[in-house]
Amino acid sequence: MRRKEVRMSKLQLILKGIIKDNPTFVLILGMCPTLGTTTSAMNGLGMGVATMAVLIMSNFVISIIKNLIPDKVRIPAFIVVIASFVTIIELLMKAYVPALYATLGVFIPLIVVNCIILGRAEAFASKNGPFDSILDGVGIGLGFTLSLTTIGAVREVLGSGALFGYSLGVADFMPLIFVLAPGAFFVLGYLMVLFNKYLKK
Amino acid sequence: MELSYFAIIIGAIFVNNVVLAQFLGICPFLGVSSKVETSLGMGAAVTFVMALTAVVAWSLQTYILAPFGIEYMQTIVFILVIAALVQMVEIILKKVSPSLYQALGIFLPLITTNCAVLGVAILMIQKEFTLLQSVTYSVATALGFGLALVLFAGLRERLDFEDVPEAMQGAPIALITAGILAMAFMGFSGLV
Repeated sequence: MRRKEVRMSKLQLILKGIIKDNPTFVLILGMCPTLGTTTSAMNGLGMGVATMAVLIMSNFVISIIKNLIPDKVRIPAFIVVIASFVTIIELLMKAYVPALYATLGVFIPLIVVNCIILGRAEAFASKNGPFDSILDGVGIGLGFTLSLTTIGAVREVLGSGALFGYSLGVADFMPLIFVLAPGAFFVLGYLMVLFNKYLKK
Repeated sequence: MELSYFAIIIGAIFVNNVVLAQFLGICPFLGVSSKVETSLGMGAAVTFVMALTAVVAWSLQTYILAPFGIEYMQTIVFILVIAALVQMVEIILKKVSPSLYQALGIFLPLITTNCAVLGVAILMIQKEFTLLQSVTYSVATALGFGLALVLFAGLRERLDFEDVPEAMQGAPIALITAGILAMAFMGFSGLV
């Protein structure tokens, strides 16, 4: 009976990142990559997965070394851990998905300063065990990836009449503004309105 | 890269505005910009940090990272440099202007995670600028950041008196306002 309860809470740990603590729509963190990389569903997905990978690994490492770090220098220490993983992801992406790496550009190294990652390190990984921290990373990462993919999909459909690169045959009638800078703000703003109205209770 | 200083300045402030066209530094843009006065302070702090970062980051890249072939350490080195500089600015500001220090509050340490600062450092290396060009570019970008912040704060001060629908209050209306501001800035495209 007790085991079951614990397992439920582990599942909740993952699920809370998707709706209740959704990093994009509820916590409003990590706005720069959210706006900057979501010109298409694929770009949003790529950015989300890259961020999730860094988040899970940094959460894991920080939860292990949290007792070794003096309290005063914990933020710089966290940043170095995060920056190391970002460098690893950067080199991997450069080698295996060069096209995606080129599109996402400066936003890959900028994962370092994504407030979500440092925020989770400070608020969760520095207080909890390694396993829970991984689950928290998975949950928040999934929430971020889902949000980015959704925003990317909406912008791609509205702006270039395609979805995941497949043309819907209506490209000529679509306002290009949605893949340009202002469209990012509009789509995110209105999606947030819908989220507030229907999902956040 | 043959670019006149004038082109760099106009490009960084208006055409490729750091917030409204490149989406860097959105967090302080949405967070601090509820009052014009705080926005000015934040703009000044960012300008100072960015100019310093440009000098230090450029020197490190040119004299240490590049000669030793360890460019892949760029991200780690730059973020540490920025963190140290922000800490320094914080200490100085606390001493020199306590009122400004109070007003900027939590957002001063957050300059460390202001992606605009790291973003500019990485971009200026990518564009292969000389030292003077890098500093010009950084300062101009920071001015563009300050300009966007102050304009947006002005809009939001007006917005406080409007009757905003419940679901749109807070971030959504701010984002949509920013979108309209970004459309206005699109008018500058093609200028340089």
